[in-house]
Amino acid sequence: MNFDFSDDQKQLRDQARKFLTEKCSPKTVRVVLDGKAPYDKELWKGLAEMGFLGVAIPEEFGGAGAGHLELCVIAEEMGRANAPVPFSSTVYLAAEALLIAGSDAQKKKWLPAIASGEAIGTLALFEGKGNPAPKNIKLTAANGVLNGVKKPVADGAISDFAVVAARTGSSGRDGDISLFLVDLKAGGVEVKSLTNLDPTRGQAEITFKDCKAEPLGAAGEGWSILTQVLDRAAVLCAFEQVGGSDRALEMGRDYALDRIAFGRQIGSFQAVKHMLADMYVSATLARSNSYYGAWALSTNAADLPEAAAAARISATQAFQHCAKNNIQVHGGMGFTWEFDCHMYYRRANAMALGLGSLSYWEDQLIDHMRKKNAA
Amino acid sequence: MNFDDTPQEAAFRETARKWVAANAPKEFEQELSKSSLGRIRLAKHDMVEVGKAWQKKKAEGGWACLHWPKEYGGRGATPIERVIWQQEEGVYGKLTQPFQIGEGMCGPTVMAWGSEDAKRRYLPKLAAGEEIWCQLFSEPSAGSDVAGLRTRAEKKGDDWIVNGQKIWTSGAHYSDFGLLIARTDPNVPKHKGLTMFFLDMKSPGVEVRPIKQANGMQEFNEVYFTDVVISDSQRLGAVGEGWSVSLTTLMNERMSIGSRLATGVPELFEFCSNLMLEDGLAIDDPAVRSKLASWAVKSSGLKYTSYRAISALSKGERPGPENSIGKLVSGMMLQDIATYAMDLQGAAGVLTGADEETVHGQFQQMLLSSPSMRIAGGTDEILRNIIAERVLGLPGDIRVDKDVPYNKIPTKGR
Repeated sequence: MNFDFSDDQKQLRDQARKFLTEKCSPKTVRVVLDGKAPYDKELWKGLAEMGFLGVAIPEEFGGAGAGHLELCVIAEEMGRANAPVPFSSTVYLAAEALLIAGSDAQKKKWLPAIASGEAIGTLALFEGKGNPAPKNIKLTAANGVLNGVKKPVADGAISDFAVVAARTGSSGRDGDISLFLVDLKAGGVEVKSLTNLDPTRGQAEITFKDCKAEPLGAAGEGWSILTQVLDRAAVLCAFEQVGGSDRALEMGRDYALDRIAFGRQIGSFQAVKHMLADMYVSATLARSNSYYGAWALSTNAADLPEAAAAARISATQAFQHCAKNNIQVHGGMGFTWEFDCHMYYRRANAMALGLGSLSYWEDQLIDHMRKKNAA
Repeated sequence: MNFDDTPQEAAFRETARKWVAANAPKEFEQELSKSSLGRIRLAKHDMVEVGKAWQKKKAEGGWACLHWPKEYGGRGATPIERVIWQQEEGVYGKLTQPFQIGEGMCGPTVMAWGSEDAKRRYLPKLAAGEEIWCQLFSEPSAGSDVAGLRTRAEKKGDDWIVNGQKIWTSGAHYSDFGLLIARTDPNVPKHKGLTMFFLDMKSPGVEVRPIKQANGMQEFNEVYFTDVVISDSQRLGAVGEGWSVSLTTLMNERMSIGSRLATGVPELFEFCSNLMLEDGLAIDDPAVRSKLASWAVKSSGLKYTSYRAISALSKGERPGPENSIGKLVSGMMLQDIATYAMDLQGAAGVLTGADEETVHGQFQQMLLSSPSMRIAGGTDEILRNIIAERVLGLPGDIRVDKDVPYNKIPTKGR
C-alpha cells in the first residue's frame, strides 16, 4: 500500500509553497480583500508561468499533462496561501467540465487559454437560494439562446467564459438539464458584482438575455455531467480546505507560543492546548479523507462520489473549525481587521457553501453509502 | 497513490492467507464476526482456552508475535508484515485478546530491559500463549498521574517486599505473570523513586478481586499485595529507573497500528436503515442523515489515517504521531452514537432487555460501556495533552510536584 503522494508530487508541493510564500503574502491578499483589485493579476500570470493552471490539462491542449494528484497538492497550497485568484472556478469547475464533456473544438479553444492564464472561466449553476438540484434550474435554453439569471456565480465578474446549466425540458427528470458554453465577452449578458463573505474571491449575478450559447455535451446530459464536475471539484476544494485548516492551526499554535498572559505562554493552559489539539484532530481526519478522494479522483474509481462527499464534508467542517478557533486562540487581536485570522474565517465559511452546502453533500454521502450497503 | 502490495508484501500475504485458511478454528468464525463491540464472549466455550489453542497453533506455525526476533518466539517480521498478518488473521485476531497486554506491552519491556536468561525463559512462552501476562501500573490514587503511585517495594537482603494495591488490571485473574511498577524510594521526587519488576501472579500475598463496573460487568480487577516477596533477579532496569522503563511499555501501547477501533458507525447505519419513524425510515430524515454523515466521515477519516500510517511502515518509516487520534475520536463517537440511537427510539430507548424489538439493547449496552473507552489507556484529556505537546510543540503543564520529594507532595488522605 502506498497511500501517500509520490516524491515528485511532494516536490511539486514544496515548489508551489515556495512560490506562493514569495508571491502571495497576506499583504498581497489584502490588496484584493480591501477592494483595490478584483483579483491578483500578477499572481495569476505567475501561476500560469509555473504551469500550475494547466497541471491536469493534457499536453495536446496546452497543459502540463500531469494529473489530478498533482493538482491536489497545488490546491492544498492555494488554500494555505488563501490565494486571491479565480483558481477554483477556472481550474476545478470550468476546465473539468470541458475535460469531461467538451468537443475537440471547444477544448482546443478554451483549455490552452486556461493553461496560459489568458482565459478565466466559471460554472454558472445557482439561481438564488438552494442547493444543486435540477428543479432549482429555471434559466431556459431554446433555439441556441439562453434566458435567465444566475447567482451567485463565483468569479463571474472577471470570467471570460462560463459553463451554464440550463433547462431544456419539463419532464421533471434529470434529463431536463443541459449544459452550455457561453463567451461572456460576446454580448447578451449583463454582469453585476455582488458583495460577499470573502472579498478575496468575487461573486456575481449574471443575467442572460437572448444570449447565444453552444451546447457542452449532449442535450439532456447536463445533470449527469454536472454531478461529475461537482464531485471532482469537491475533492480539489477539499485540498484547499485542508491547506487552509493547517494554516489556521499553525497560526493559532504560533500565537499560543508567543502570547504571554498570567505570566506564562497561553499555550501552556490546557483549555488552549485542548482547543488546538481538537483542531489538529479535525485537520488530520480531513486530510485522510481527502487523500482517499484524491485516489478516487485520479483513478476515476467507482467510489468517487462517496469519496468526494466524505472529503467535502470532512474538509468543510475542519476548515470552519480551525478558522473559528484560530480567532478564539488569538482573543481580541483575532477580531481585528489587522490580524489575518478573519481572512481564513471568511474563506472557510464561503468555501463551505460554494459547491452546495453541507446538507447537499450529506445527502450525497448517505445515498451512496446506502447503495453500496445494498449491493 | 495505490492500495497495492509490493511484490514481497503480496507474497507474504499469500503465505499468511493460506496458513490461516488451513489452520484457523472456523467453528468460531460466525460468533467472532458478530461481536464487534466490547469484549468477546463465546457461547459454549471459554474464551481464554480457545484463545490459548489458537495462539499455540500460531506459535508452532511461526505466526505468533511475528515482529519479535525468532530466538524469543517470533518470526523476525517487518512492521508492515505484522500489519498484513493482522489483516489476514481477520476475525480470529479477536481471539488474541487475552495476550494483547503481554504481546504489546509486557513482552517489549522484558525484551528491552530483561537479562538474556529472562528473555529466553519468558518471551517464547508468552508468545505461544502458554503464559499470560498482565500489567500492574494504575492505582486507586494514580491513574493519569501514574508516577504518583503508592505501592511500596522495600529491599530485604536479595529480595524485595511489596505492599500496596493496583487497580484496573485486565486479565489479572487468568494471568501467570505481571509487570509491576512500585515505589522504592519515597524520599526523592516522584518520577525518580520508582522501580520495575515482574512477578509470578501465584506468589503468596497476591490477591485478585474482580471489580464490578458501572456497566454492571466484571472485566477488570483490583490486585492487592501483602508482604509479597520478589527476587531482585526479577527487577527490570536499575533501581529508581522505573519511570524510564515504563515509558518503553507505554510507547509500545501507542505503536499498535492497523488495529481497527470500534466507532459504532456501521451499527448506527444499519439501525437507521431499518428504523421506522413516524414519517418514514430514519435514514430518509434530513436530521438523521446529517448526524450520520458527520460520524461516517470521522470513521472513514480514522480508517484512512491508519492507511497513511501503514504506508509509512511499508516504506520503512516510523509512523507519525497522528495515530494518537484514534482512541480520542472513536471513544467520544461511541458514546455520542449510543445516545443518539437511543434518542431515536423515543421512550422505549430506556429499555435494555435483549428481547426488546429494537436492536436488543445493543446501543444501551454501548452507552453504559462507552465511558471506559474515554478513560482506559489514556483519558481524552491526557491524549489531548499528548497531541498538544508532542505534535504541536506546546509547552508542558506547570507541574507543582515535579521537584518535590514524593513524601512531601500534598495528597488526600495522608
